[in-house]
Amino acid sequence: MKNKNHLRWSEFLIQTLIRVLGFSSIGFVLLIFLFLLREGIPVFFQVSPTNLFGTRWYPTFDLFGTLPLILGSVLVTVTAIVIAVPLGVTTAVFVREVAPNWAREVLKPMIEVLAGIPSVVLGFFGMTLLAPFVRETLGFPTGLTAFTGALILAYMALPTIISVAEDALDAVPKSYRDAGLAMGATQWQTIWRVVVPGARSGIVTAVMLGMGRAIGETMAVMMVTGNAARMPLSLDSIFRPARTMTATIAAEMGEVAQGSVHYHALFGIGILLFLLTFIINLAAATTIFKKRRRGGLR
Amino acid sequence: MVTDPAPKIRIQDVTYAYDDAAALRNVTLDIPAHAITVLFGPAGGGKTTLLRLINRLNDLVEGTRMSGQILLDNEDIYAPGVSVTDLRRRVGMVFALPLPLPGSVRQNVLYGPRLAGLRDQGRADEILFRSLNQAALWEEVKDRLDDSASALSGGQQQRLCIARSLALEPEVLLLDEPTSGLDPISTAKVEHSLFELKKDYTIVIVPHSVQQAARVADHAAFFLMGELIEHQPEKKLFTAPQKKRTEDYVTGRFG
Repeated sequence: MKNKNHLRWSEFLIQTLIRVLGFSSIGFVLLIFLFLLREGIPVFFQVSPTNLFGTRWYPTFDLFGTLPLILGSVLVTVTAIVIAVPLGVTTAVFVREVAPNWAREVLKPMIEVLAGIPSVVLGFFGMTLLAPFVRETLGFPTGLTAFTGALILAYMALPTIISVAEDALDAVPKSYRDAGLAMGATQWQTIWRVVVPGARSGIVTAVMLGMGRAIGETMAVMMVTGNAARMPLSLDSIFRPARTMTATIAAEMGEVAQGSVHYHALFGIGILLFLLTFIINLAAATTIFKKRRRGGLR
Repeated sequence: MVTDPAPKIRIQDVTYAYDDAAALRNVTLDIPAHAITVLFGPAGGGKTTLLRLINRLNDLVEGTRMSGQILLDNEDIYAPGVSVTDLRRRVGMVFALPLPLPGSVRQNVLYGPRLAGLRDQGRADEILFRSLNQAALWEEVKDRLDDSASALSGGQQQRLCIARSLALEPEVLLLDEPTSGLDPISTAKVEHSLFELKKDYTIVIVPHSVQQAARVADHAAFFLMGELIEHQPEKKLFTAPQKKRTEDYVTGRFG
């Protein structure tokens, strides 16, 4: 009897503990979000919209134009994705479909280790090796450009893209490959026209995760993009310095007076960044959902 | 039943092993043209392996060993210089589970011909009609050719897979338990289309039951644990088996 009581008590305790832990993690995220809103919302009242979405970011002169920062983030991220996606997806195809077993067993863990390199290390690498290289080979006045940042970001997003895309390819049933081969397709045709379309939703997820990693990245980008808040409108903007939203927050938050307009503006950028990532994720989710409903995908 | 004097496929003393286990031991078998040859027996007998060897689908499986020869029209299909893709266009294969590829009914049927370089639209429509008609599917899907193939029923999907193989106009059609996932009505439809097809094709089928083996066989071979126990023309294997083990299996004493 005593034993039974004891059991019931421990059961109750464990359940309560798990429930509290589960809810608290949701609670913390919610609190962070509320804090972000509380600190960021005021700027939308303190600064006129024409100023806030203007083209000049000079906080010391009360100019809070976030447009160059938004475009800087978009420019660096899009370029990084354009570099990383073809490279990542083809690497995944190679590792999964072409490489012999022993090579796959070596490559897969190596790629996953790459994902664990701290971004400050990559930033340092970019600053000391990649930036001079870009400056000298392309002949620009500075190597700290949006392009250099995009290269580093692409490198950071690659392990995620490869790893997730590889899992997606792995999930395509072996019988798909047999069916393709049995129709007289070459190995390449089978991969490209049967296996990759079969893994499409997983590959889209891989790209989105990579993109999420790229757009939220701060340290490496801050170290190599040159941090000049200029409008990237001309064709060669990619080879000029740029400044991203994340780098702006990280660089200026330390020296801003708490409660000032500038302080609220930085949190405002945080809200914009959040919205941007949210829209990207939403877009990704709906594409995947739509494709799945049509039945074209597994 | 008159079969052509020269067999379409000659399997000569084939032994095949995966990593550690032998799947086929010294199998010698002639497969006649324009007839349905049934390979049957309990699971693990090597039937599927033999089918996969006939169109070289096991080429990419690592750690296997093979000896012996397989001849198609008296030519060794494993000889150096033989084009595997050409071989697979001559020898089509249908699998146990219906496997519509991503895309519409039309895309599925035309997958093979398009890979082989077909561009002409008129010719494509012709192939589409002929293959679906031969697989006894045309009437059911003629109004939904551009719908997703995965929206078809299981039986329709399996006949679609047969049509997909037929689109390449193969000489030989290999079927690995093509009706294992189907209801009796769909099974009857598939079997009926096989009877039509054997006029033009050489068919090798692994049936999913002894009953089906007996229904469709023009020629039957009984496999047990990687060995070919016996093979007989027509339905003698089911009415007058020579070997005790065959008799035990077809009368349901084991299996």
